[in-house]
Amino acid sequence: MTPSSSPTSTRSDVNGVVSSRGVLGVSALRPDGIPKVQGRFAFSSDAWADNMLWGATLRSPHPHAKIRSIDVSRALAINGVSAVITADDVPGQLTYGLITSDQPVFARDVVRYAGEPVAAVAADHPETARRALDAIRVEYEVLAPLVDAEAAIAGSHPTIHPDGNVIRRQRVVRGDQTFIGDVVVEGTYEIGMQDQAFLGLEAALALPDDDNGGVELFVATQWLHEDQKQIAACLNLPLDKVRLTLGGVGGAFGGREDISLQVHCCLLALKTGRPIKMQYGREESFFGHIHRHPARIFMRHHADRDGTLRRVEARVVLDGGAYASTSSAVLINAVTHMQGPYKCDIATVDGYAVRSNNPPCGAMRGFGVVQACFAHESQMDKLAVACGMDPVDIRLKNAMRTGDKLITGQTMDSVAPVERCIRETAALPLPPLLPEEPDVLQLPGGSGLTARRSNVKRGVGWGVSIKNLMYSEGFDDYATARCRLSNGIVTLQFATAEVGQGFVVLAQQIARSVLGVDTVLLEPISTAIGSAGSTSASRQTWMSGGAVDGACRVVRERLFEHVAQRHGLDPLRLVIEGTDVVDSMGSLRFSVAEASRDLVFDETFEHHHRATEELDENGQGNCHVAFAFVAHRAVVDVDVDLGLVKVVQVATAQDVGRVLNPLAALGQVEGGIAQGLGLAVMEEIVLVDGKMRNPSFTDYLLPTALDAPDVLVSMIEEPEPQAPLGAKGIGEPPCISVTPAIVAAIRDATGKDLSRVPVRPQDIVFG
Amino acid sequence: MTVVNATSIDEVVDALRRLPQARLLQGGTDVMVEINLNRAGAGDVIALRQVSELRRWYVDEESRTLHLGAGVPYAELERSPLCNLLPALAEAARTVGSPQIRAAGSLGGNLGTCSPAGDGLPVLSAYDAMVHLRNADGSRQMSIHDFMVGVKRNASAADELITGISMQLTRGFQGYAKVGTRNAMVISVASACLVHDSERGSIRVAFGAVAPTIVRARNAEAWLAENVELVGAIDVSGRLAREFGERAATECTPIDDHRSTAAYRRHAVSVLAERLLLRAATPNTTGNRAS
Ligand SMILES: Cc1cc2nc3c(=O)[nH]c(=O)nc-3n(C[C@H](O)[C@H](O)[C@H](O)COP(=O)(O)OP(=O)(O)OC[C@H]3O[C@@H](n4cnc5c(N)ncnc54)[C@H](O)[C@@H]3O)c2cc1C
Repeated sequence: MTPSSSPTSTRSDVNGVVSSRGVLGVSALRPDGIPKVQGRFAFSSDAWADNMLWGATLRSPHPHAKIRSIDVSRALAINGVSAVITADDVPGQLTYGLITSDQPVFARDVVRYAGEPVAAVAADHPETARRALDAIRVEYEVLAPLVDAEAAIAGSHPTIHPDGNVIRRQRVVRGDQTFIGDVVVEGTYEIGMQDQAFLGLEAALALPDDDNGGVELFVATQWLHEDQKQIAACLNLPLDKVRLTLGGVGGAFGGREDISLQVHCCLLALKTGRPIKMQYGREESFFGHIHRHPARIFMRHHADRDGTLRRVEARVVLDGGAYASTSSAVLINAVTHMQGPYKCDIATVDGYAVRSNNPPCGAMRGFGVVQACFAHESQMDKLAVACGMDPVDIRLKNAMRTGDKLITGQTMDSVAPVERCIRETAALPLPPLLPEEPDVLQLPGGSGLTARRSNVKRGVGWGVSIKNLMYSEGFDDYATARCRLSNGIVTLQFATAEVGQGFVVLAQQIARSVLGVDTVLLEPISTAIGSAGSTSASRQTWMSGGAVDGACRVVRERLFEHVAQRHGLDPLRLVIEGTDVVDSMGSLRFSVAEASRDLVFDETFEHHHRATEELDENGQGNCHVAFAFVAHRAVVDVDVDLGLVKVVQVATAQDVGRVLNPLAALGQVEGGIAQGLGLAVMEEIVLVDGKMRNPSFTDYLLPTALDAPDVLVSMIEEPEPQAPLGAKGIGEPPCISVTPAIVAAIRDATGKDLSRVPVRPQDIVFG
Repeated sequence: MTVVNATSIDEVVDALRRLPQARLLQGGTDVMVEINLNRAGAGDVIALRQVSELRRWYVDEESRTLHLGAGVPYAELERSPLCNLLPALAEAARTVGSPQIRAAGSLGGNLGTCSPAGDGLPVLSAYDAMVHLRNADGSRQMSIHDFMVGVKRNASAADELITGISMQLTRGFQGYAKVGTRNAMVISVASACLVHDSERGSIRVAFGAVAPTIVRARNAEAWLAENVELVGAIDVSGRLAREFGERAATECTPIDDHRSTAAYRRHAVSVLAERLLLRAATPNTTGNRAS
């Protein structure tokens, strides 16, 4: 991305507030917004270099097989093919991984999932590269795949990886383990495998250094420095010989945390001494990145007769697929969130993340909490019925508060407006009843014209969630930012991956607010500066926002010191007002531009969150940094005879701390709701014996505009004292409890006991 | 690779004689997907976009027969005046893909691909349409029922062009309904077309995506004709409509796949047939909606 300037923008934000300066709190225009809408934004797949070659990947068709031999000679003989590489060409570490380095750059002796890379080629044209892949001969000895997570736990299947078939087991045990409630409800819940389905496909361009001793990579990713570390280890190069710049990213949702084509692309560039471009098509993308963990969760809730929640029991099984990725962290998120946003003193939770010959699973928006939430919210509805209570009342009764102890023993010290989330959601208006002659396109079945009004039943359902923010268990995921002020212009530098969430505009807003400037330039997002951590875990506004804020504040201090010295004042008297430096106790006033004329203030700042701890064997410990809450109420229309669903409306009140950019916040909420709706009623990777049956947008269905509900939002602004800007992360919560809310609404409309997402038409008809 | 940019039907059939392996390209909404999926080169292509004859349609007033060029895009079928002449076809057209796909895609391509999930095909089956074919030696027509022979297989020869479709216009209700797992732009899980010919007194029902090719529920049609007076306005009870749907569904042979299950598909067409019959009986309150 080229540094982009953002001139002052004037627009009315969603609350009708007009700002002329794009400071914090208004809907400042994104610097990448207009280019994206006009199709001029350079996504990473648009990268191009003179003399470049095209890379392509050969993948295993088998979920589990031994590799007997690989013969690349016929591929190499093709005119236009410059290189063919396999595991034998990896100079450094043969594996990579975010937490455990267990995933091979190329499979060497054995393949563990269908789609695992076996070789890569570089050729003069994508078509030549494709023919070269076809010409590689791989002899496989097909093995029985392990596709049943319970078999992985039971040990009834041979070990498929040297690290074993169980990636992690974690219990959370607290309180009187013999307690039995007056009211006990239980259920087993299943969550299908969801895909991030970002629109901008994986793509990278690698440029070898002149001496082939290093490489520069332009890539769409979520965390440049983590990529850099893993790539350098595989290439056997020092870190400074692997330089990364962010290519334009078209969405991520967790699917770009892991390495995909990065190492392959760099290896080919170093082998050929030529620039290499690699990009996946949609089908390959399904094989090229990790997915959301499918889960099976048994839960038992114990309560007093009046609905007071006393104990949760749970057994959580996540299928991590062939390699570890972030499975162990996803698991601890799931098991430590099993109580939901409710006070509960006794817990008996046992969780497993297992290895299988299914496609690897890892990070996706909600990160383990999506699975937990579908189970605990389904349970809360059951509990409400068993106690003869309303679903809203039972949630209000048990709503967690600041100061409560979690099942991990950690004290909830975030702002925790759970009760307010529920009440404000309930206060949002319900949609009108269906008119006598509704627009048939708006009925379940939509353009298929399957339903008439008389075929439709309406239902209402609730979901409430708690989500941790930032990385957990002792990890210091700090963020770095640099601020340079000169002649009234600020230039910011950070390595924060802009994946669509809008950090680029937030950074500009912060600088404008803190330093009283209008023009904020952005340096390319690259490893030329220290790490910003990952764009995930709802953390960048807090972490990188904190770093930009910190850097700007230090620069402001230097500016004030300079001005104070020149005018013989105490710097503490100086403040920024609009675009001026002002003496708050006198009459001195001049513009920031004047104050910084021919001067350079240049400061770098690191933001660290408070330290956390690992869990002990009973799942006790202060493992999380902070939490955010949200409530969802869904209204659905269901064609009961055909099992078709139209989500009519989702109302939500979200604990956001503080709204920094109303339009961007609304975008996160609406987008998250669409993604959670997808999981509720349509999005699933269908696997049969480890093979994906629907790796395309023809058959992996995402919600369309006709599926998207009306969304009513209430932003709950109670500034979080721990957060540098008072703002909590808002990226993940919107997609978490909306899924159980929609399913609850379908249950309400149909009376069916639906325990699996996505809910398929046949589940409603025959369930 | 040769590309023939034909401007007339004569040019097309001439090119087909020279290049019988060539691919015909109308909207390209199936062809391009197939080329990408099979990762194969396009081979020789005869492009039909500039052949204006294939975009024409007219009504032969005497025989009340509508002749529709193979290249008329769905976008035109969903709009007036065609949607008034063939409401069921308009409804089917509206379910195809997105506006972009409907601007390009055609019935000729739907017939050429001959997928059991093709949304135009149940309508053509229920209309008892004729498919018009031509090669360099001449032309012939064939009933739609003989034309569709299996999953993505049709009875045309390699050197034949589908020039168009013809069907008798009817008076009476007609409707199309399609089940998919999202509310727009979705491949059919099961679909049904019902046409009531109130003058000749028949009801014809065809199903999509529930057998290797489109199914006509002829036994159920016959049973209905025995039990209900079909000339003029019809009167059916809810019970009878249900039985009609159940009977019709037994004539399908659906499968389990990643999109759905056989049991659900059978159930779905039964519900669709029942509902369409009820709509035929009370067209005023549940009439056609085209656009
Ligand atoms: C995103 C998307 C969504 C879709 N959704 C639907 C849907 O909902 N329902 C549905 O039914 N289909 C759908 N399709 C498939 C496709 O749009 C239809 O089958 C369409 O009717 C094809 O028409 P076309 O003109 O584009 O055909 P083309 O792709 O040009 O051709 C298709 C086949 O027919 C042959 N052919 C074309 N014209 C003639 C002719 N005149 N004579 C002989 N052979 C010919 C071609 O050689 C080729 O084999 C979808 C496709 C896409 C890409």
